[in-house]
Amino acid sequence: MTPRRRRLVLVLGILAGVSIAGGLALSAFRQNVTFYFVPTQVADGKVHPGESFRMGGLVARGSVYRKPGSLEVHFTVTDFKHQVPVIYTGVLPDLFRENAGVIVHGKMLPDGVFLADQVLAKHDQNYRPPGIHQKWGIDHGDPRDPALNAFPHRAAAQVALNAGSAQ
Amino acid sequence: MAWTWFHRLASPPHVYRTAERLTPWFAWSAAILIVAGLIGGLYLSPPDYQQGDGYRILYVHAPSAWLSLLVYTTMAVAGGIGLIWRMKVAHAVAASCAPIGASFTLAALVTGSLWGKPMWGTYWQWDPRLTSELLLFFLYLGYMGLRAAFEDVQRSDRISAVLAVVGVINVPIIHYSVVWWNSLHQGPSVMYLGKPTMPPSMLVPLLIMFVGFTLFFAAVLLMRLRGEVLIRERAASWVREVVHS
Repeated sequence: MTPRRRRLVLVLGILAGVSIAGGLALSAFRQNVTFYFVPTQVADGKVHPGESFRMGGLVARGSVYRKPGSLEVHFTVTDFKHQVPVIYTGVLPDLFRENAGVIVHGKMLPDGVFLADQVLAKHDQNYRPPGIHQKWGIDHGDPRDPALNAFPHRAAAQVALNAGSAQ
Repeated sequence: MAWTWFHRLASPPHVYRTAERLTPWFAWSAAILIVAGLIGGLYLSPPDYQQGDGYRILYVHAPSAWLSLLVYTTMAVAGGIGLIWRMKVAHAVAASCAPIGASFTLAALVTGSLWGKPMWGTYWQWDPRLTSELLLFFLYLGYMGLRAAFEDVQRSDRISAVLAVVGVINVPIIHYSVVWWNSLHQGPSVMYLGKPTMPPSMLVPLLIMFVGFTLFFAAVLLMRLRGEVLIRERAASWVREVVHS
């Protein structure tokens, strides 16, 4: 083995070792590296009671209620399987809207209401001019789809949505 | 015969002169494309249906983020070649990459932060994509710090190259962070395959910006490489000729 080949093997060995170590670490942390939980995970008891956490989902259509004369707002976060009512007092981001992605940070109250201290809006990777929804066929003609695209669970959500609208 | 181009790449005077010859081509085409892309992205393309004009920071943010990954990959590959073939010029390329990559990473972090405040409602979150990109910034800084810590150039070349090669694992993590984990950051907009996520009027300026930024990187890399080669070869007679001519 020439010295050059030995160095080649050494560099490739370092690369392989680091990749394997990284891959193992990532798969081990996969469950823990979660930026937010979805309502179904909350319902399944994945979150310890009394702990602050982030919850992501869609703002349920027609669920937003603003208390007159204050910044208090009530809405429901859904992943189309479970729903969690949320109370938040403060300024909402520009992209906060019904049927759009949202991530809330806060705590579950004992009565099952999520008290949020921060609300973040999530948008998807699709950009388009206003008013040409169907023209170039990215959204299957369903204006609700862009919001769903913001979430990795969109396939399941889409199925749930279609089942819901068929009824 | 097939390898002569490779061996000529290892010759510092040849690299110096080639870099000198190529720099204006890359620099001028980058300037033209970036101006065209900015006009297209900031002026000609339509506003977004949700974000209005705010999405236009994409035209700087996405190319910066792409370059932050491309420059790191270039640095790691050059470092690896330098380690294996003991090629001094490859180490010079890796050393020249680091400050450029750190600048693009900082640009991606800052523009992303400014974009995040109005749209998401926050400047910063410890989200997988944002955190791994910040780690990339620290990798660049660590690489430069490590280089500066050694007096001996060869020693600093070799040790920093190992860091560059080891750190390359972060590149796929950044790219796939939005796919593997729940993230505040949206998925990639420009895919090699698959459906377009924006109409041509928005996409074409973005692609022009990607190419323009990449050519800009090439131009700056060649400029820095010339300086790096001159310093490393300062004792050589050809450098004296270059400096006195």
